[in-house]
Amino acid sequence: MSWSSLLRPGDYLVAVCGAILCVVSFPLAWQEGRAEKAVVRRGGEVFAELELSRSRRIEVPGPLGTTVVAVEKGRVRVVSDPGAHQYCVRQGWLERTGQIAVCAPNEVSVEVAGGRKPYDSLSY
Amino acid sequence: MTRSVIRLVTTAEDHRIARLAAAAIGLSLIDAAIPLPLPGIKPGLSNIVTLIVLARHGWRVAAWVTGLRVVAGGILLGQLLAPGFFMSLAGALSSLLILAGAARLPKRWFGPVSWSILAAFFHIGGQLALARAWLIPHDGVFYLAPFFAVAALSFGIINGLIAAGLLVRGQGSEDRVQKTEDR
Repeated sequence: MSWSSLLRPGDYLVAVCGAILCVVSFPLAWQEGRAEKAVVRRGGEVFAELELSRSRRIEVPGPLGTTVVAVEKGRVRVVSDPGAHQYCVRQGWLERTGQIAVCAPNEVSVEVAGGRKPYDSLSY
Repeated sequence: MTRSVIRLVTTAEDHRIARLAAAAIGLSLIDAAIPLPLPGIKPGLSNIVTLIVLARHGWRVAAWVTGLRVVAGGILLGQLLAPGFFMSLAGALSSLLILAGAARLPKRWFGPVSWSILAAFFHIGGQLALARAWLIPHDGVFYLAPFFAVAALSFGIINGLIAAGLLVRGQGSEDRVQKTEDR
């Protein structure tokens, strides 16, 4: 008794569909949410896009002075800002997609992007 | 003193279900004893019994055998009402659901191997859904999904082939079993 005699034509079809599902599942499961980055905007225009996987520190020049943005361990924060209230600095680490810190006086914003956004926008 | 006797009336079908469920329970114990690299991946040998029962006795008996296997297997492995029990219940229910449809596919084209692959994918699908909704409410559970999918395909094919082989081989012996049952 050979193995192939146990298979019917549709079985091959189902097996091929299963194999396709397997192949497709790899990028589906692994890419989503992994390509996360921080989008730094100045005056409404994109100033830099930082990969969250690599630790980095950048300086963003604005009308009031320099805003320092740091990426570390998959999260991002505003380290220092010349603004008076320091709201964006005190917001601390941003790690979820859609989170945003706005340093309005210096016209700088930092937003976490990539992956699937759980919401369209946040208002505080 | 009166002695009360409770006599359960059992039919031949009850006996058949019990015997098949016992075979499935035995296989699920073997299943649990096989070490595999990734938690959650199992060959699912007891599904061979489900497939054979489905082919020979229909979906209703297959559902009984599977349900008994899940509950009794849970008791024997000390997993009853623990997360692992609900995981295997979720897998069993969703694969039974797809088998109800798969058994209606034209037999000329789709055999036990098709059923087995479909059931394996739905098994892992049901388990992932439960894990995501209840045990690990984070998308991180899907990170392992590709491995589960590959395991579902390979074990689905292997179990399906074993079931198909046993069904072909058992065609003659089934009549003999039937005769001993009637006796």
